[in-house]
Amino acid sequence: MTVVYVPGDSGARSVGADAVANALVAKAAERGLDVTVIRNGSRGMLWLEPLVEVVTEAGRVGYGSVAAAEIDELLAAGMLVGAASPNCIGIVDELDWLTKQERFTFARVGVTDPLSLADYEAHGGLVGLRRAIELTPTEVVAAVLESGLRGRGGAGFPAGIKWRTVLETESPTKFVVINADEGDSGTYADRMLLEGDPFLLIEGCVIAGLSVRAEFGFVYIRSEYPDAIATFNRALDVARAAGWLGADILGSGRAFDLEVRVGAGAYICGEETSLLESIEGRRPVVRSKPPLPAIEGLFGQPTLVNNVLTVAAVPFVLANGAAAYQELGMGRSRGTQVFQLAGNVARPGIVELAFGVSVDELVNTFGGGTRTGRPVHAVQVGGPLGAYLPVEQLSLPMDYEALLAAGAMLGHGGIVVFDDGADMWAQARFAMSFCAAESCGKCTPCRIGAVRGVEVIDRISQGTDVAANLVLLEDLCELMTDGSLCALGGLTPLPVRSVLRHFSSAVPASPTPVGPSGGSR
Amino acid sequence: MTCGRALTPYSAEAALAVIREHAGLRGPLLPVLHALVKTFGYLDPSAVPLVAAELNLSRADVHGVVTFYHDFRTTPAATHEIRICRAEACQSVGGEALVASASAKLGVPVGSTQGPIALTEVFCLGLCGLAPAAQIDGQPVGRLDQSQLAGLIDGLQASTA
Ligand SMILES: Cc1cc2nc3c(=O)[nH]c(=O)nc-3n(C[C@H](O)[C@H](O)[C@H](O)COP(=O)(O)O)c2cc1C
Ligand code: SF4
Ligand code: FES
Repeated sequence: MTVVYVPGDSGARSVGADAVANALVAKAAERGLDVTVIRNGSRGMLWLEPLVEVVTEAGRVGYGSVAAAEIDELLAAGMLVGAASPNCIGIVDELDWLTKQERFTFARVGVTDPLSLADYEAHGGLVGLRRAIELTPTEVVAAVLESGLRGRGGAGFPAGIKWRTVLETESPTKFVVINADEGDSGTYADRMLLEGDPFLLIEGCVIAGLSVRAEFGFVYIRSEYPDAIATFNRALDVARAAGWLGADILGSGRAFDLEVRVGAGAYICGEETSLLESIEGRRPVVRSKPPLPAIEGLFGQPTLVNNVLTVAAVPFVLANGAAAYQELGMGRSRGTQVFQLAGNVARPGIVELAFGVSVDELVNTFGGGTRTGRPVHAVQVGGPLGAYLPVEQLSLPMDYEALLAAGAMLGHGGIVVFDDGADMWAQARFAMSFCAAESCGKCTPCRIGAVRGVEVIDRISQGTDVAANLVLLEDLCELMTDGSLCALGGLTPLPVRSVLRHFSSAVPASPTPVGPSGGSR
Repeated sequence: MTCGRALTPYSAEAALAVIREHAGLRGPLLPVLHALVKTFGYLDPSAVPLVAAELNLSRADVHGVVTFYHDFRTTPAATHEIRICRAEACQSVGGEALVASASAKLGVPVGSTQGPIALTEVFCLGLCGLAPAAQIDGQPVGRLDQSQLAGLIDGLQASTA
């Protein structure tokens, strides 16, 4: 019997993986070949999807960009024994693109059957949780602190400090809430983890629950991710049946359980307090802080709110020790970041590497430049609230502080590449209009400011009082930055100002460039 | 043909049954609203007072939540839905041109949920590495190009003709 992997990840499905899997089963049967198809997650080499992998004695041999119509031919050519063909990319685990990465969090994604407990354990799963059960909550929290792990949702807040606050806040009821709202364009790592290695998030959540003394958690997944919701729900059932969740976790006598909540199409629900309002069933308007959710969060109880990737990094920390995580990285950004290459890039996908790697290396070495083959013109890092970096800034290292100092931000690690056909002025307008559309409405600088921002940009486009309106736009940006309650209004000026500053030739009829162009602030 | 699932015609009794099924959850409002949309294909405005009464909320509370989100449409769903991503990664590879041609070919503006084929927008489907992306009747479609889009629309139109 030959085992063949065909990703069930929605990215692979979006380019025909289901048809490939079906054709494989049907054509193999016709030819009397004994094949078992496993739907794995995606290896994150998205330009090769659908990427079929055949298990051979030499290793897993990959066939990239396979179409269902080619399957019969590939079988005839000896695909099941790893025979060469134009699609064949060799042993997948030996590909440079993968071996050059430091896959801590994404170690199993694309490798295992996402819903097989046996596979999960055979590939190092549960070691962290078993360790956590032996330790006291204080010891686990200390390990998370020592690891230097920071929140991956965007703000980069030290995870250990948040865990400690929740642990030390006394209450009979506490919650863990996982933020899987992943609304930023260019980001998809949460989705791929939910679909490709859901048990890792479950393991991380259980560790979190045991260590902050919470017995229940919610995973809030955006409705735009139907496959992730379905897979994660199935994984919860499997884990519960195996005693990884429930009243007696792995026989420890301690309890923890999880429930999925589905978003309903609102970007602001990714903001943690809006998300809590959303779960509670209220209009998801951002709350003022304090109180911090760690002290008074969901239903008024102490609540640990973390991004998917934050919690998913913890099993590694416990299994391998805080030092193994902490020793990678740069400055105060420790460990690895799961970068996501997106948009107009030749080799899009997941690149997990230590912090400190340059944008250039990610975009050009891993990404291979643009998909269109035209020059890279701009790179938006960190989602819709992230700056557009010009080519001169691509040497910037991926580090929270370094990007901040350059007027940019890392966010959730999304990297969107644009070629020289991009209309950067239109991108600036889009940033304002997105903010206007998604504002929760609580504060004026964001609710009204973003609408005014679009109007001012339109006036500049029409050539009306350009100089005066550019000053007005700068003023608006300043007002939004200083006066907004949350980062939606507060950071929307980042992409807008990056266009004004670094792409001034795109600003219609601007008499002189605004601000210095190139270099960092 | 529907979007792969059978919809129940709206009635107050059926709505009550759906509401009661989820009323026991912690923070039941969102799951209840999702379940109503899943069952009937849309959120019938006459369900709002039922939800309010069953969950012990004011109608204004429920209305405030319903209107905040994009997902809770209050008119019956079209038979098919083409949902195209308009966020940055998709913009970087011609997503807007696809939106424009879909709109022209269907003869409806973006956001139209009337008629047999709805054309809606979405901001990111997490398929940004396979942009431009869309969801057709809930199924992911990546690396969408003009000819594939035209073919998909032709197929949907033929099936509803
Ligand atoms: C407008 C806005 C959108 C956000 N979207 C997300 C999101 O989609 N996912 C996420 O994890 N955090 C998001 N955040 C950050 C959260 O508010 C919060 O900082 C995070 O969930 C905390 O988890 P972490 O410490 O693990 O990063 C968003 C913040 C803002 C202001
Ligand atoms: S900045 Fe915008 S989204 Fe954030 S609280 Fe204010 S109005 Fe709401
Ligand atoms: S930006 Fe279109 S799928 Fe993410």
